[in-house]
Amino acid sequence: MQNKFDNPVKRRDFLRSGLNTLAGLTVGGIAGLVIGNSDTEDLVWQIDPNICVQCENCAINCVLPQSAVKCVHSFSICGYCDLCSGYLQPGVKSRDTAAENRLCPVGAIKRTYIEEPYFEYTIDEELCIACGKCVKGCAAFGNGSLQLQVRHNLCKNCNECSIARSCPSRAFSRVPASRSNLMRGEEGKIYIRSHEVS
Amino acid sequence: MHLNQFNHIIISIVLVCIINSSSAQIIERFPKPDFKSDYTRPQTITPEARAAHLEYLDVFVLIITLSLASYFALKLRSRKHIFLLMVFSVIYFGFWREGCICSIGAIQNVTLAMFDPTYSIPLTAVLFFAIPLIFTLFFGRTFCAAVCPLGAVQDLVIVKHINVSNWLAELLSILPYIYLGLAVLFAANSAGFIICQYDPFVGFFRFGATFNMIILGLSLLLLGTVIARPYCRFLCPYGVLLNWMSRLSRRHVTITPTECTNCRLCEESCPFGAINKADEGVLAESKNSDIRRLAIIIVLTPIIILLSGWVVSYLHDTLSQKHPSVSLAEEIQLENRGKRTETTLETRTFRASGKPSEELFEEAKEIQKRFRMGGWFLGGFLGFIFSIKLIKLSIRKKQPEYAADTGTCFSCARCFAFCPFEQERIASLHRTSILNEF
Repeated sequence: MQNKFDNPVKRRDFLRSGLNTLAGLTVGGIAGLVIGNSDTEDLVWQIDPNICVQCENCAINCVLPQSAVKCVHSFSICGYCDLCSGYLQPGVKSRDTAAENRLCPVGAIKRTYIEEPYFEYTIDEELCIACGKCVKGCAAFGNGSLQLQVRHNLCKNCNECSIARSCPSRAFSRVPASRSNLMRGEEGKIYIRSHEVS
Repeated sequence: MHLNQFNHIIISIVLVCIINSSSAQIIERFPKPDFKSDYTRPQTITPEARAAHLEYLDVFVLIITLSLASYFALKLRSRKHIFLLMVFSVIYFGFWREGCICSIGAIQNVTLAMFDPTYSIPLTAVLFFAIPLIFTLFFGRTFCAAVCPLGAVQDLVIVKHINVSNWLAELLSILPYIYLGLAVLFAANSAGFIICQYDPFVGFFRFGATFNMIILGLSLLLLGTVIARPYCRFLCPYGVLLNWMSRLSRRHVTITPTECTNCRLCEESCPFGAINKADEGVLAESKNSDIRRLAIIIVLTPIIILLSGWVVSYLHDTLSQKHPSVSLAEEIQLENRGKRTETTLETRTFRASGKPSEELFEEAKEIQKRFRMGGWFLGGFLGFIFSIKLIKLSIRKKQPEYAADTGTCFSCARCFAFCPFEQERIASLHRTSILNEF
């Protein structure tokens, strides 16, 4: 009769199986440990406009050829100024849409006359390069209604945002996807889905 | 026109008041306009991030592809199926999901979550980290075979492999441990995700990256035509974990479906050098000198661990430079001492924020301390790995037949076709299918 203890392979198999279970428990344990503090939602990158200093890094440091950061307008806090410090160069002779008067290097801001003395400013995101010049102007002399925001239809949501890495004011942070809107004014409180507005 | 002039006056007042203010806070300098016409404010569109259910679709696809890869490698033993699945993974996880989310990078998310309680890790990142490891514990590295887009893209470009000599492969296989250790050290101290920063292939998946990364990716792919899967074998930090798991796996692919007769036909079939050759029973040295060497290495192990721990912790100054607070603190210090006259964007921004520099110096010191501590762990770990490698080299393991090395085998199914028993199996399958037709 063969004694089962004679077989050294059995012992090796037992050890192996035990270590296998142990490794499984370790992986499960680590996963369980971090799941305790996890979010079912994905995290996305966003800029806090109150920390942003408009250094122009957003325009050059995104992994995309065209930055996923755009200038976004909170109309609810805009003063609709005729002399808009986000639209016009400082010390302009005339307040009009002439190219030499405009602050935006790519002409992405559209100025529309509403009524005396108000003008509406809208941003063409196709053109905007996120240089933040208008944001700086608006924050310095206006209400701060223009602000830089990560646009989530463009953003690749890199595990580590390369703009965030270079942001000198550390205005970038990971926020839950459903609360990714950090805009000022009423726009920051509500969500208008892109498909609801055609 | 009087309103316009009024506007002007306000602007002048504001100009005088805040000319030097750099604060970006919301200030109601101009009241909300009172429109007389029926103008309504346009709505600002807020594009939503990718929907959560799509993230879970990724996890679902991961589980399906892992199951299929394991089935194809272990049960079906079909390289063709593995190849097709590999193409799918490159398209889905690579070009469609653009290389993010990936299990390799998830190591850092999990590490950060363990060390930083304020970081609430997305559940998908945890699942992408853990699921391939669990699968590997059961079936071996089938994740590498056909699921990982980085592995698949390298596998697809192999033209003619050159064997890397054993000593070089063994030496280079220490690199992944260093990479993993550094990635964990940096992630744990919130100093960035280096695995993502130096991901060589994400640029291809996105059709765009910095020039340096494109060059690195291209050269790795070019090198990959002759040195098969260079990233997987000599860099991939997740591969370290998969290697450990695979060594303990409950099942693993075997070269032969039935038995090995040491016919040596499969000997050169593996492009990754993951086939353990059967030893020919030739002993170059006496057993005694073997044992003496092993004893010396085992005695030296604690010394190696301590020494490399000390060396890496000594490097904490250099390593902690990667943390933005530390590098900023150093710049500020240089400027304060007048050693640097040119300010940088970072230092200007820091000074404008009005935070006291002492606070920053304290923070930087704290981080450096953590790096010194982490350096001991990282160095100790690397010393331990080095000693284990030495011990492994001096232990002569009995290898009666040709077998896949469970640690380094990617379960790519290439070697199967070289085995005569496999050919016989396929032929008999063929016969049965023909018989069934009648």
